[in-house]
Amino acid sequence: MMLLTAHLPILQVILPLIAAPLCVLLRGPRLAWGLSVLASWGCFAIAIALLRQVLAEGSVSYALGGWAAPWGIEYRVDVVNAFVLLIVSGISSVVLSGARAGIEAEVAKDRIELLYTCWLLCLAGFLGIAVTGDTFNVFVFLEISAISSYALIALSGRRRALIASFRYLIMGTVGATFIVIGVGLLYMVTGTLNMADIGARLPAVAESRTVAAAFAFLTVGIGLKMALFPLHLWLPNAYTYAPAPVTAFFAGTATKVAVYLLLRFTFTIFGADYAFATVAMEWILLPLAVLGIFSASLVAIFQLDVKRLLAWSSIAQIGYMVLGISLVSVTGLTASTLHLFNHALIKSALFMTMACVFYRIGSTQLADFAGLGRRMPWTMAAFVVGGLSLIGIPLTVGFVSKWYLILALLERGWWPLSVFVVLSSLLAVMYVWRVVEMAYLQPATSNAKPCEAPASILIPTWALVLANLYFGIDSSLTVGIAQRAAESLLGVSS
Amino acid sequence: MEALGLYNYWLVIALMMTGFYIVITSPNLVKKIIGLNIFQASVFILYISMGKVAGGSAPILADQVTLYSNPLPHVLILTAIVVGVATTAMGLSLVVRIYAAYGSMEEDDIEVMDRSETDG
Amino acid sequence: MAALLIPLAGAVLLPLVGRWPNVREALTLLCASLLFFCVATLTPAVLAGARPEWVLWEFFPGLQLAFRLEPLGMIFALVASFLWIITSIYAIGYMRGNQELKQTRFYVCFALALAATIGIAFAGNLLTLFIFYEALTLSTYPLVAHKENAEARAGGHTYLGVLLSTSIAFLLLAILWTWSATRTLDFRVGGILAGSVHGPMIGLLLALYVFGVGKAALMPFHRWLPAAMVAPTPVSALLHAVAVVKAGVFTVVKVVVYIFGVDLLKGEPSADWLLYVAAATILIASMVALRQDNLKRRLAYSTVSQLAYITLATAILAPLSLVGAALHIAAHAFGKITLFFAAGSIYTAAHKTKVSELDGIGQRMPWTMGAFAIGSLSMIGVPPTVGFVSKWYILQGALSAGQLFAVLVIFASTLLSAAYYLPVIYVAFFRKPATRGDQSGHGEAPWPMVLALVLTAAGTMLLFSLLGLPLDLAKGLVGA
Repeated sequence: MMLLTAHLPILQVILPLIAAPLCVLLRGPRLAWGLSVLASWGCFAIAIALLRQVLAEGSVSYALGGWAAPWGIEYRVDVVNAFVLLIVSGISSVVLSGARAGIEAEVAKDRIELLYTCWLLCLAGFLGIAVTGDTFNVFVFLEISAISSYALIALSGRRRALIASFRYLIMGTVGATFIVIGVGLLYMVTGTLNMADIGARLPAVAESRTVAAAFAFLTVGIGLKMALFPLHLWLPNAYTYAPAPVTAFFAGTATKVAVYLLLRFTFTIFGADYAFATVAMEWILLPLAVLGIFSASLVAIFQLDVKRLLAWSSIAQIGYMVLGISLVSVTGLTASTLHLFNHALIKSALFMTMACVFYRIGSTQLADFAGLGRRMPWTMAAFVVGGLSLIGIPLTVGFVSKWYLILALLERGWWPLSVFVVLSSLLAVMYVWRVVEMAYLQPATSNAKPCEAPASILIPTWALVLANLYFGIDSSLTVGIAQRAAESLLGVSS
Repeated sequence: MEALGLYNYWLVIALMMTGFYIVITSPNLVKKIIGLNIFQASVFILYISMGKVAGGSAPILADQVTLYSNPLPHVLILTAIVVGVATTAMGLSLVVRIYAAYGSMEEDDIEVMDRSETDG
Repeated sequence: MAALLIPLAGAVLLPLVGRWPNVREALTLLCASLLFFCVATLTPAVLAGARPEWVLWEFFPGLQLAFRLEPLGMIFALVASFLWIITSIYAIGYMRGNQELKQTRFYVCFALALAATIGIAFAGNLLTLFIFYEALTLSTYPLVAHKENAEARAGGHTYLGVLLSTSIAFLLLAILWTWSATRTLDFRVGGILAGSVHGPMIGLLLALYVFGVGKAALMPFHRWLPAAMVAPTPVSALLHAVAVVKAGVFTVVKVVVYIFGVDLLKGEPSADWLLYVAAATILIASMVALRQDNLKRRLAYSTVSQLAYITLATAILAPLSLVGAALHIAAHAFGKITLFFAAGSIYTAAHKTKVSELDGIGQRMPWTMGAFAIGSLSMIGVPPTVGFVSKWYILQGALSAGQLFAVLVIFASTLLSAAYYLPVIYVAFFRKPATRGDQSGHGEAPWPMVLALVLTAAGTMLLFSLLGLPLDLAKGLVGA
């Protein structure tokens, strides 16, 4: 037992990595699904154990292969990435548990176990990015997750998915290459790849132009990965045409991991002093966040496909997280980290309802939602709760995030921006309510019978919805963790 | 003088821009992938030339040698090359599927087909 | 604290018995009576000066979801829960009489709305109040859009749009401002803002609060109220004469008394604008009401103006006028619900919605129109109705504070409300019915409706003579 707990950081990544090829060998969609669900829940259990360990004892360092830190690869888990690990593995587990029916309906029969393989690889990549303390290792895991996610998107039967996946591949590879360039430049000036080590050596050479170039490359590269406005163009199509459960998985994890990377690079490696005092990064991030929130919400209002509508709203929500980061205060970072968690819950729940709808209706066009409130009462009820959470109505997680974000803005005395945030949530009211009205107040078209989604999708969906409510009502757990994460990022001790 | 002395970086930048230009402008999907490869190759060269120490020998322990090149970037780039190959393979297989589905791999044609699908 | 759980339990149980209308309606009545009983048993303790508290859980660090009984909330809860019983009786008649669809959803949302109302009434801090405020908006939305036709959808749009946007855009911001300035959101006697917010900022914050509470229907955010009149009449009656709009003014009074504190506002000239906005709303809404031919719309604009009375009374900031404000919450509730009931029973029995069609209807529906007359008198403020008492206190408060402007406004608006109510009574009783054969068949509305409206009309008169209880509670508001 002692042995096992000492190796938790690596087990976190190894488990899905080993399970992935096994899925191919199993040669049976059901078996493959069972195995991947097991592996994913296993990861979740490990993540919980890690988080408990970190909360109790402080950050955990693990030397890969026994090679000591600055030379070997170090896995380093502190509150921030333990929290991200929890989010990623948790979302993956819940979504995967409900994914079977949806995937069997959307993906060609002979490719189903391949999809689960890719899913697990992707999960391994995400977890790896979060857990590692080595910059080059980040790139490797980034590409593992990216390549498998291109495949996941392309696996949906539609031909448009192929184009979406191809565009994502181009953008994603460019982004990842930018990150490698940044890492290389950092290596040039510091001679190390270990995050903590770079962080310690960087202040001595902070004046050099190479560091500034590295910073620029890394920011743009990560910006591409997390779909920061205006580098978001790959996202709407990728989310729209991927199989619905896959979208639910991505919405809760892919961009979140990228936001984590931004946090890690800006605060742990470059340090808040360099990023915000020397380079004045907030004046880059802040306008982009504001523009992103506003323009993406506006675009979302005019979408005819609900999945695409939600995808655009995701871009806007990334803006909220970046806004919190650009405040460089404990409350701001708490808001961002909280929203990381909360938005993962919201969007995964909403995209899961899309999976339900697609499973029954075969479309997510807004026009086909007419009368769905009556035909799929549980699904649409889940959508309504998720939508309210997206808007930020009290007793949902969305409200908690918004509360902290506005509070952080007020603390900095940025009045106009806090007004802007509340106004932008009115845009969310508009796009959510279009769907709700269509579902509840439009009569269904002819011969519409009740067609509730099967329980196997509904139960995980509602698990996510209830999590939305639970963490919206009792936010002490998440707020506490997010606050500690923010403090550790800023290097303030409480 | 100093600027010319860093000719390897100039080469890297030239390659990088060439590759990036192709990725952005070429409507042909296969050419895009080629561009992406050139773009990545420039980064490989950046790393490799970074690790080379002037006058240093290959990092193999020998009696008369005291100056070695840094092997770490070279090893890293081995990994990056593998990743690049995987990406290229993924991209090309997507192009194959796209060609099968659309009968074309020109981006303009595909866009026209997609649009007509939405209208119809 | 069972008070909160009863309507919630009702909302859960109702869909289960939705198949049997009789059981469903019996359950609604049972819940309503239980709720009133519960609230009533709490009253003596509050009168005696106790302020029972109940903390549910910690919402954010340092910020709980808490309930706290105090006199103003008590008045509001008593009125709302008592009128729920009567409205339920009325609704049964109305919904059956008009063969409305989806009645189970109707009763469920009704119970939810009541739970939210009680939550607002007993809220122990601003956050709790905000949560239930939003819950009330959302739970009443299906009621407003009940008919599901284009008109109902448009009405629902306006309703949700105005209420949600004002509450999110202004109220939430104001609450967060308060929190970041004082680190507390508790309702405290004397206010919590003194010393943390200064100068013109007080006026600005007050504006955020008052306009943020869109339910108080202060112009220019009053448009949702006429729009919401597309709802079935019991909804208009209980929610838009009692629960929703009163939740709005109740919040305004609470914020002024317990968040700002009367003394703070008195000393700050930038907060004076509230008085003038309220006065303008009273007068403009009365003029608009004069020109409405649709009876329910006329009532709606009258509500806008009467709500502004309460805001005005609060803005005078004199102890007597605050008593008047608290009383007027009850007085207007009883009067207006009677009027809406009457409008609904006219619609059910005669299918008429316009004032110009009401010629001579008083002879066919004597009970209904009699009750309507009493309600109108209370609105105008004629003794022996309770409307007179609240107006009296407001006037006295205005005089004691030397606010001659407010006194003038009150007199002008009394004349105006007489001008838009009396003609209705006149045409109903003293004009000959239009001699058209096809409309001669109707008599009174179904008996549950008549019973309900007679009860509320009687309430309007009884409250005049039995003023003790509400008056004691209202005095507790200023005395404590």
